[in-house]
Amino acid sequence: MRIPCPFCGPRDITEFAYHGDATLTRPAPGDAAMHDYVYLRDNPTGVHREHWYHSAGCHAWLTVTRNVSTHEIVGAEMAHKEAS
Amino acid sequence: MRYSLTSLITQTLSGHKGWKPQWRDAAPKDEYDIVIVGGGGHGLATAYYLAKEYGLNNIAVLEKSWIGSGNVGRNTTIIRSNYLLSGNIALYEFSLKLWERLEQDFNYNAMVSQRGVLNLFHSDGQRDAYARRGNMMLLNGADAELLDRDGVKKLYPFLNFDAARFPIQGGLLQRRGGTVRHDAVAWGFARGASERGVDVIQNCEVTGIDIVGGRVTGVTTTRGKIRAGKVGLAVAGSSSRVAALAGLRLPIESHVLQAFVSEGLKPVIPGVITFGAGHFYISQSDKGGLVFGGDIDGYNSYAQRGNMPVVEDVCEGGMALMPSIGRARMLRNWGGLVDMSMDGSPIIDRTDIDGLYLNAGWCYGGFKATPGSGFVFAHLLAKDAPHPAATALRFDRFRTGAILDEKGQGAQPNLH
Ligand SMILES: Cc1cc2nc3c(=O)[nH]c(=O)nc-3n(C[C@H](O)[C@H](O)[C@H](O)COP(=O)(O)OP(=O)(O)OC[C@H]3O[C@@H](n4cnc5c(N)ncnc54)[C@H](O)[C@@H]3O)c2cc1C
Ligand SMILES: [Zn+2]
Repeated sequence: MRIPCPFCGPRDITEFAYHGDATLTRPAPGDAAMHDYVYLRDNPTGVHREHWYHSAGCHAWLTVTRNVSTHEIVGAEMAHKEAS
Repeated sequence: MRYSLTSLITQTLSGHKGWKPQWRDAAPKDEYDIVIVGGGGHGLATAYYLAKEYGLNNIAVLEKSWIGSGNVGRNTTIIRSNYLLSGNIALYEFSLKLWERLEQDFNYNAMVSQRGVLNLFHSDGQRDAYARRGNMMLLNGADAELLDRDGVKKLYPFLNFDAARFPIQGGLLQRRGGTVRHDAVAWGFARGASERGVDVIQNCEVTGIDIVGGRVTGVTTTRGKIRAGKVGLAVAGSSSRVAALAGLRLPIESHVLQAFVSEGLKPVIPGVITFGAGHFYISQSDKGGLVFGGDIDGYNSYAQRGNMPVVEDVCEGGMALMPSIGRARMLRNWGGLVDMSMDGSPIIDRTDIDGLYLNAGWCYGGFKATPGSGFVFAHLLAKDAPHPAATALRFDRFRTGAILDEKGQGAQPNLH
């Protein structure tokens, strides 16, 4: 797998660290939803939006769209763009 | 037919023409007392023990493909109970005791071989951690021995003891650990269950879980609707998908774990060895192939195949531990769909839906648990109460905080 980092271009997967499901939103501290946020996952087949950190590159957090049934990488964008 | 020396001789004399299929390839009935979803090791063992230990036999095991097509036929066959936390050792040691008399129990040759599992350490800190683990094992009734460097040398003189970065200082040995022929485990349990009246139904995928007023009433399958008093899920890597049919979200991610086999070699590795300074473990099958593996790839996957970086990482681990392996050729490799739980430990419990029970979260280590998991899940299904060996494996432990985090890494399934 190669991730097309918007800053560095297409780079080998070994340069990145995986952080999982990017569709979760962190609830306010003390919220009962915190358990679900920390522990529960949809864990779908097919297209998955997920966070990767370009640890051996530009150190950006990326939101990658990847098909987990085929390992096809559909796209990648800066995670902060999404968040703002 | 009971397998014995007499049956073998009789069959030999009649030209082996009288062997019967080992289990009935059953068609689904309209209704069962208990339906087990998933014909892997755990599902088949559950049905076997329900029939044998709890006297229930109006039971079906539904498998979407053929039995043994999942992880029970893809794993690297290692059994052991060298865990740290009491809640885990209880189950794995119970399971190891069942392995020790399994072949007599289900009258099938599963090639259970207690050839010893050795975990190497390469630093003082790692030795202390293994000493602690060994003590926990002894306290919980398992066996453990801490070997120094010379002790390891006696067993495995060919290892790279003086590697500049990771010299071998010793190892934690569990002599009762070992390997088992994985396919035979699926077949033996299927045969034993089928003989006792259980319907083992292949090519029958569960596509819906029917719930009325908070209570399970049955399942919808590719071969029609089946009513059931109770439904037990034992689908390993597909747990999240199948639980979602009942509206449940699980503390699980599905990942890929790869395994590798070399060409056949003369006997060289008598037991199982794990490298302590990287992700690599190895044993040798009775056919002579070196069977080895390492870490999960580390990202969500349902592909049942992995990528090259882990192949490289595993081979580097092998070369660091035993450079002689570099002369063997790799014959095949494959991947399996593993159900990584958030704390690295399994769940065997009721769910919030009456009559729906969950057996999941086996990560990359559920093969060794097969008989134990089947036994305690059968107990739960039959009695509606947890078996004493499985009281810690609760579904709600993430909410209550009583998690079983062997590695102390928190809610990071890609690290467990
Ligand atoms: C490469 C690899 C190496 C491993 N090595 C070891 C090891 O050395 N030691 C160890 O202890 N563990 C090991 N494991 C882990 C171990 O294999 C698993 O934890 C264990 O086999 C899981 O339980 P199971 O046998 O019931 O799973 P499976 O055999 O995967 O059974 C689950 C079954 O459910 C079926 N299913 C899924 N969805 C549906 C549906 N909707 N309807 C009907 N059926 C369905 C699947 O087809 C499958 O057959 C390894 C795993 C892998 C992948
Ligand atoms: Zn980058």
